Amino acid sequence: MLETIGVSSMNDLLVDIPQTLRLESLQLPAGLSEFETMAQVAALANRNRVFADRLTFRGGGVYRRFIPAAVAAVTSKPEFYTAYTPYQAEASQGTLQAIFEFQTLIAELAGLDVANASLYDGATAVAEAAMMAYVHTGRNEVLVSGYVHPEYVQVLRAFGEGRGIKVRKGGEPNKKTAAVIFQQPDFLGLLVDPRALTAAAHEVGALAIAAVDPISLAILAPPGEYDADIAVGEGQQLGLPPSFGGPHVGFVACKRELVRKLPGRLVGTAHDAAGRRGFVLALAAREQHIRREKATSNICTNHSLCALAAAVYLTYMGPYGLRQVAEVSFTRAHVLAERLAALSGWELAFPERQFLNEFPIRVPKGSAVVRKLARKGILGGLDVNRWFRELKGVLTFTCTEVNDPRAIDELLQALAS
Amino acid sequence: MTEPLSFELSRPAVDPPRLPDANVAGPSPADVLPRGALRAKPPGLPRLSEPEIMRHYSRMASLNYSISENFYPLGSCTMKYNPVVNEAAAALPGFAELHPYQDEETVQGALELMWRLEQALCAIVGVDRVTLQPAAGAHGEWTALRMIRAYQHSRGEARTEVLVPDSAHGTNPASAALSGFQVVEVKSGGDGRISLADLESKLSPRTSALMLTNPNTLGLFEREILDIAELVHSTGAMLYYDGANLNAFMGICRPGDMGFDAVHMNLHKTFTTPHGGGGPGAGPVGVKSELVPFLPAPTVERTNGRLTLDHKRPQSIGRVRSFYGNFGMLVRAYTYILAMGGDGLSQASRDAVLSANYLRKLLDGHLEMPHDGPCMHEFVASAHNLTVQDGVRALDLAKALLDREFYAPTVYFPLVVPEAIMVEPTETESKATLDAFAQAVREIVAQAKTDPQGLHQEPKRTPVGRLDEVAAARRINAYLQGQSEDPVLRWKAAAESPS
Repeated sequence: MLETIGVSSMNDLLVDIPQTLRLESLQLPAGLSEFETMAQVAALANRNRVFADRLTFRGGGVYRRFIPAAVAAVTSKPEFYTAYTPYQAEASQGTLQAIFEFQTLIAELAGLDVANASLYDGATAVAEAAMMAYVHTGRNEVLVSGYVHPEYVQVLRAFGEGRGIKVRKGGEPNKKTAAVIFQQPDFLGLLVDPRALTAAAHEVGALAIAAVDPISLAILAPPGEYDADIAVGEGQQLGLPPSFGGPHVGFVACKRELVRKLPGRLVGTAHDAAGRRGFVLALAAREQHIRREKATSNICTNHSLCALAAAVYLTYMGPYGLRQVAEVSFTRAHVLAERLAALSGWELAFPERQFLNEFPIRVPKGSAVVRKLARKGILGGLDVNRWFRELKGVLTFTCTEVNDPRAIDELLQALAS
Repeated sequence: MTEPLSFELSRPAVDPPRLPDANVAGPSPADVLPRGALRAKPPGLPRLSEPEIMRHYSRMASLNYSISENFYPLGSCTMKYNPVVNEAAAALPGFAELHPYQDEETVQGALELMWRLEQALCAIVGVDRVTLQPAAGAHGEWTALRMIRAYQHSRGEARTEVLVPDSAHGTNPASAALSGFQVVEVKSGGDGRISLADLESKLSPRTSALMLTNPNTLGLFEREILDIAELVHSTGAMLYYDGANLNAFMGICRPGDMGFDAVHMNLHKTFTTPHGGGGPGAGPVGVKSELVPFLPAPTVERTNGRLTLDHKRPQSIGRVRSFYGNFGMLVRAYTYILAMGGDGLSQASRDAVLSANYLRKLLDGHLEMPHDGPCMHEFVASAHNLTVQDGVRALDLAKALLDREFYAPTVYFPLVVPEAIMVEPTETESKATLDAFAQAVREIVAQAKTDPQGLHQEPKRTPVGRLDEVAAARRINAYLQGQSEDPVLRWKAAAESPS
C-alpha cells in the first residue's frame, strides 16, 4: 500500500505533524485477548451489587420493569445497531421507518400532534422544551412548579444559563414567564393538577410543558387532552435496563404550531418516482448542519437505538398491555403504601394526595431502614431529603409489575425483623 | 420492497400479551382517581402478535445498510467495525441492572470502570481530567464551552465571541450560540488549512475560544497548530478541540500537547461503541487543570482505592444530563481500550491514515483532489469536474454507490469544497475492500461520460428509489400552515386523515 501511495514509510505520511509533538507510545498497558479482556471487565461488574428486580423498590426516575425478550432480539440486530444516522435515505429505510413509528407512538401516547426522533434523556428533554418556549414567546423566564425531578432542574439551569434563561422555582406565572414546567406524576410520585397548571400558564400567555411518565399515559389523561403545548419525558421504562442511569431516551411531542421549533431529527414520509412510500429526514432547515449557529438546538443525532427499543416495547404491549402494566403497578403500590403506613412511626408524607406507583412516606431513621433492607437483598426507598430540605425522613418507594406480592411480603418481613 | 407500518398491520382481534395480574387485593385506578384525571380513550398503539412484531422488525432491518454488512466510508463519522465483545460487556448484569441511585458502596466496580476510563482518555488526549457526562459530541462541545465561559467569568473576563473555521462541523457554531456566544468565522487558506492572517485579524479581547478540529474536516493536519495555539493564548483566549477526528493520531500525538485546553471525544467514533442508527453515543470532555474546578458534577474520585461521587464542586457548571452519562457506552469504550491497549490504539490510527492515503491515491485522477496530500485518516475529493463536464453531481455518485452495495461517503461537507465527497475508510477495512470501492467509484466516473442520465436514475436496487424530499417538504408546510390534515411526520388513522 505504501508503494502505491508512493512513499517509503509510514512516517512519510505523518510529515505534517511537528516533530516536537510526536509521541513514542501511549502510557497504557498492552492489549489483551478477548478472554482476558472479558475477565477484567467481568471482575469490575462483579464488584457491583445487583439487587433482584422483584426486590427493587427504588425509583426516582429509573424503574425496573418487565422487558419482553423481543426488545433485545430486535435492538441486537446489527442492521440496526451498527448503522448510522440515515443520511442516505434509500439505504436506511429500516432506521427511518422505526423512527417514524416511534414518533407516531409518542404522539399517540401524549395526545399531541407531532413528536421528534428522540433526545438524550428526560432531563435534556425538559431543557430543550424550555428552549422552544423561550424562542416561541420571546420571554426569558421559565417557572418550575412543584416537585420536578431535581436532576432535570439542574440540567435545565445549566442549559438556561447559556442562553440567559432564568429558572424560577415555585410561585405564580406572570407576563415574563415563557413556560410553566410541571411533572406528572411528580418526582415523589404524586399526581398534580395538570389542567389548573396549564390554564394558569395560558392565562399569562406562557406555554405549558408537561414532563410525563410514558407508562402512566395508558391510564392518565394525556397532555393533549388538558391542552399542554409540549410533552416531554424519559423513556427508560419502555424496554431499557437501568444501566446505572444510561443510555436511556428522552422524548418531546408538541402542538402543530410549535413543530418548527422542535430540536433534533424528524422523519416524514416521501415518495419515489415509482410512487412507493418511503421515509426521509424532514424539516432539516431547523438543524445545525444546515443552520449552524441559528439552529433550534445543537443536537446532531439522537438516541435512535433506545427509541427503537421503546417502539418495540410499545408495539409488544399495545394499548391494553400497557394499561395492564400501569394498573398492576398501581394496585400493588397502593397495597404496599397501606401496609407501610400501618407500621409504627411510619406515615404517608402527603396522605391527601393521589399517586400511581411511587409514593413518599415519612419514616423514623430512614438511612437505618435502607441499610437494614439492603442486608436482606432489598433495594429500599430513596431518601429524597438529599434534594429537598423540607422532606426530612421521607423515602419514596416504588412498586411495578415486577414486584410480586411475595416480594412485598418479604419487604415487610425484613422491616419487622 | 417496502414494509407496512405497524399501525397499518395492526388488527383489533389481537389479544394483548399475557402479563402478570396484581394477584393482591387493592384498588384499581378507576376506584381511586377522579374521572377527569383518567384517560378517556386508550392510546392508539398498534395491536400485533409477537410473531408479527418480530417479522415486522426483521423485514425493516433488511431495509438497512450497516457496517456489519459492508464498507461505510462516511467521512467524519469514523464508521469502524464495532467489536461484539463490547456488547457482551455492557450486557453483564453487574452493569446493565445497576440502579443509578444505589449506594456508592454497592457500585464500586462501576465507579472504578469510570475512573479507569477517565485515566485512559487523559493519557490518550493529554489532559488532566475528563467528564464522562455528555451524551454525544455536540453535547460535549457545549459542555466545554460552558466550562470555558465559567472559567473566564471567574476571572472577571467578559469574552463574548467564539471563533469557528469555515470548514467546521455545524455543531460547533450551534453549540457556541447555545452557550451564549457570538460566532465569528475564520477562513481557510488555499492549502485547506486555517489562515493565520485571518485568524489574527479575528482575534480580539472579546475572543473566548477558538474551536478547532485537527486534522481539520478536510483531513489535513494543521501544521501550524503550535503557532495557532500561541496566537490564541496570547490574547487570553482558549483553544477547544473538536474530537471528531481523534482517530487520526492516537499514540502519534495528543491535543493536550498541541495546546488545546478542552477536548471532546466521541466514544461512538474513535472507541467503537456502535452508532445505533443515530445514537446513543457518548461525548466525554477532557480539560487542562485550570478548567478542572468547572467540570460538571458529580466527578468520580478515588482515594485509597475507594471510589466516590463528588457532588460538592462549588465552581462546577452544574449538571449537563441526568445521572452519570451514557454508562452503557462507557463500558463498551473501556472494553475496547482494554482489548486494544496502548499498542493497539497506536496501530489503529496508523492503519487509518494508511487506508485513507491509499484510497486517496486510487481515486486521484478520477475525482478532483482539491488539496495536496498526505492526508490523515480521511480525505475530501470533489465531483466538481463531473458536474461541469457531465452534469453529474456528488449526490449522483453517492446514490450510484448504493447500487454497488457500498454506503456513500459524506457529501456536500465541508462547505468550503464544491461538490465535496468526504471519505473516511477507517483501519478496520481490508485492502481488498478499499480496492473494490475504488473500482466502483472509477466505474461510476466512467459512466458519467457515457451515460450521465443513467446515473440520475440511481439507486435502482435499493428498497426505494430517490425519494422526493421537495414534495415532502411541501406537504409538511401545508400541514403546518393548517392547509392540510396530513401531518406527514406521523401516521394517522385513515378516518382522521381525509387526504
